[in-house]
Order: sequence, then structure tokens, then C-alpha cells
Amino acid sequence: MIPAAFDYVRAGSAAEAISLIGEHGEDAKFLAGGMSLLPLMKLRLATPSVLIDVGRVRDLSYVRDEGNHIAIGALTRHRDLETSALLGRECGLLRAVAAQVGDNQVRHRGTIGGSVAHGDPASDLPAALLALDAAFVLQGPSGTRSVPASEFFRGFLETAMTPDELLTEIQVHKRGAAAFAYEKFNRRAQDWAIVGAVAARVNGGTHVALVNMGSTPLRATAVETALAQGASAADAAREAAAGTEPPADLNASPEFRAHLAQVLVRRALEAI
Amino acid sequence: MSVNGSAQDHDVEDRTLLVQYLREACALTGTKIGCDTSSCGACTVLVDGESVKSCTMLAAQADGAAITTIEGLANGDEWHPVQTAFHENHGLQCGYCTAGMVLATVSLLDEIPNPTEREVRLGLEGNLCRCTGYHNIVKSVLAAAETMQGAK
Repeated sequence: MIPAAFDYVRAGSAAEAISLIGEHGEDAKFLAGGMSLLPLMKLRLATPSVLIDVGRVRDLSYVRDEGNHIAIGALTRHRDLETSALLGRECGLLRAVAAQVGDNQVRHRGTIGGSVAHGDPASDLPAALLALDAAFVLQGPSGTRSVPASEFFRGFLETAMTPDELLTEIQVHKRGAAAFAYEKFNRRAQDWAIVGAVAARVNGGTHVALVNMGSTPLRATAVETALAQGASAADAAREAAAGTEPPADLNASPEFRAHLAQVLVRRALEAI
Repeated sequence: MSVNGSAQDHDVEDRTLLVQYLREACALTGTKIGCDTSSCGACTVLVDGESVKSCTMLAAQADGAAITTIEGLANGDEWHPVQTAFHENHGLQCGYCTAGMVLATVSLLDEIPNPTEREVRLGLEGNLCRCTGYHNIVKSVLAAAETMQGAK
């Protein structure tokens, strides 16, 4: 399968990328690792007329200690997250979830920023970042702004980013050795999660997020509320599908997904 | 870009995938196209030493990189230890997945030189063998790791 024809241009910096997208308009797309975009283009589900390759913008690849938080460059690859000693010490959940994205080949190319900007509800990292109360730094022609994860994912493959903005950094609080768990259910090892459940201890409370249970990654607020009111893990997990509209596809019906969410949330809660 | 140590320079369409570039522009057909949806790993090559699915990378993205395909793995007449291990342990049946399996293994052993069986199975999750010959493939990888450790 061959993508529809497009023009390829390479950006040397974030500023150049933003100026290029301004020049080429709405039919242009940023290309990072390409692990989500290129398969869509090969299936002709995406047909951008111009691809602006930001993959060479090396100064957007880092995991940095910024005192009270960790800053992660948007072009940091999953491979670099899963081997980051700093993340291991201060945000083990992100490191563990990055290690479950796709397979080795995908993790050698795919980036955290690409995954977040694509906004696929079936992706692992967006749900983890939602559970961690991450913030996303967006750079556009008129400056930068920061959007909390809770306000970023708007709909299926839709985010708070405007077409001329580039995601440059992901910020997460330091969580030290706080307990976390990620339960991912799929049929083949490398596949997208049919359903996934993230549980993390955050500031004395518990945050729970769901993968592939709706058009965006979701917080399981009913579970979090039940836990805050003293419910057991098993009782709270029964609320896992409350308020969700899980998708139906070849892998699972909405009812099966609701069942999986309850089981996976219970397992994740019991593990932390 | 450099392919198996030799410089390659071709004008191709912007949408050319790395796997097409290798097979059609460079005439290196050892790299196979399997599923064409980045699932099966038959098209795995090394880009700057790391395994990558060449059906899901543009040739333009690899501009300036050092690519290794199955044709470039042996040192003259001397096979790479991973190739020898696949040969000796019957790590292939029909052979279609083999080039990708071997290159994914080279990358895996670079990252985890002495893997457990579980690490091998997880490390090769991106490579499918339709003959389902996984048992001997895993055996081959473990044997290659032992040889390469011994050689150090």
C-alpha cells in the first residue's frame, strides 16, 4: 500500500516547523515518528498534501529534571522513555507504559508527542498522562501555551491543538516511588489495547484512567469517587464503565469492553 | 543514505517507503513485504543499528542514516552469529519472515545481550512467523546470545 502523493519537507527547528505549517495551510500535517500517521496514510484514511517532518528536531528529545516536575521533549521516543533512569525514579508509570507500546520496532521510531497529538483513545500513553495530571506545552505562531491533559483530548483523534500548533513538551509531576499499575488486554502481543486500565497513587488519592473505552482516553471518575468514599478495590471497580460509551469493533462489543474495564480496573487497583 | 556500508543516492517520489526504496531503487530484495501494515515485521531492517519496520518509514526519513539489510549482515563469507544460530537451530521453515527475524534479533541482542526466554519472546513480538516456528526461532536467538557472549 502506497500513500497518496504528498510533498515532503523537513523542519530543522520547532520555529521552522510552525512557520512551514503556516505557509502550507490546513492540508499539511506534522510527521514525527510516523507510527500512527503513516499507516493511516497508507490506508488513505489520511491524505495530507504536505508532510512537515519534525523528526530531526533533536532538541525536542529529552527527559529532564526540572525540580518539581519532569519535562519530556515531544520527540522523545518510546524506547528512550522505557530506558530512562530518571523516569524510573520519579515517574515509573510512564516508563512502564512506554514499554508496552507496540513492539520494539515501533518503540524505536514512535514518539510520546506523536502519540499525544494523534489523540487515539486506544493508545497507551495518553491515558497514563491523563491519570498523571500531565500538562502539554503547545507552541504556535503567537507563542506557547500549556494545556492540562484533562482539557486536551476533545473527541476521536481530536485535541485542543489548533492546526498551526506543535506539541513541544510534556510535563509530569514527580511521583517518586508512588504505586502504579497498567493492565492492558489484547489478543496479539503487539496490538492496540482492546481495553486498558491505568491506576496510580497521586497525592494520597488514586487516579484511574481507561484506554479504548470511548472516543477519547477517559478518567474513571466513578471509580475514583467510590475509592475516595472508602469503597474496596473490588466494589469501586464495578463502576469502571459508568458513563462510558465504549466502541464496537471486530475485537469486542461495547458490553464486552464494559466487562473488561471492570476486570482490568479491579486488577490494577489490587496491584497498587 | 548508506545501505550496507555503501552510499546510495536516488531521486524518488516523496511518498516512497523505505522498503520500496531498498527493494526497487537499491535492488536489495532480501527485505520482504509481508502484511504492509506494520504488524508482521518481515520488512524489519536496522536504521542506525536499531530495528525498524521499513514499510512504515519514508525513504526520505532515512536520508543520511545507515541502513543494514539482511544482505549486509555477513562479513564477507562469514555469517553473522545470528545467521549461524538460525541455520544450526532450524530457526526457519518457509523463510519468509527470516530476514526480519534475524535483524530484529540483532537489534534485540544489542539492547539485551543475555536475554531470558521470556525477554526473547517479548522482544520479537513485532515479528510474525506464519509457519508458527517460534520455538526454534527462540532457541536460535538464545544460542546466538550465548555465542556472542562467548566471543566477547
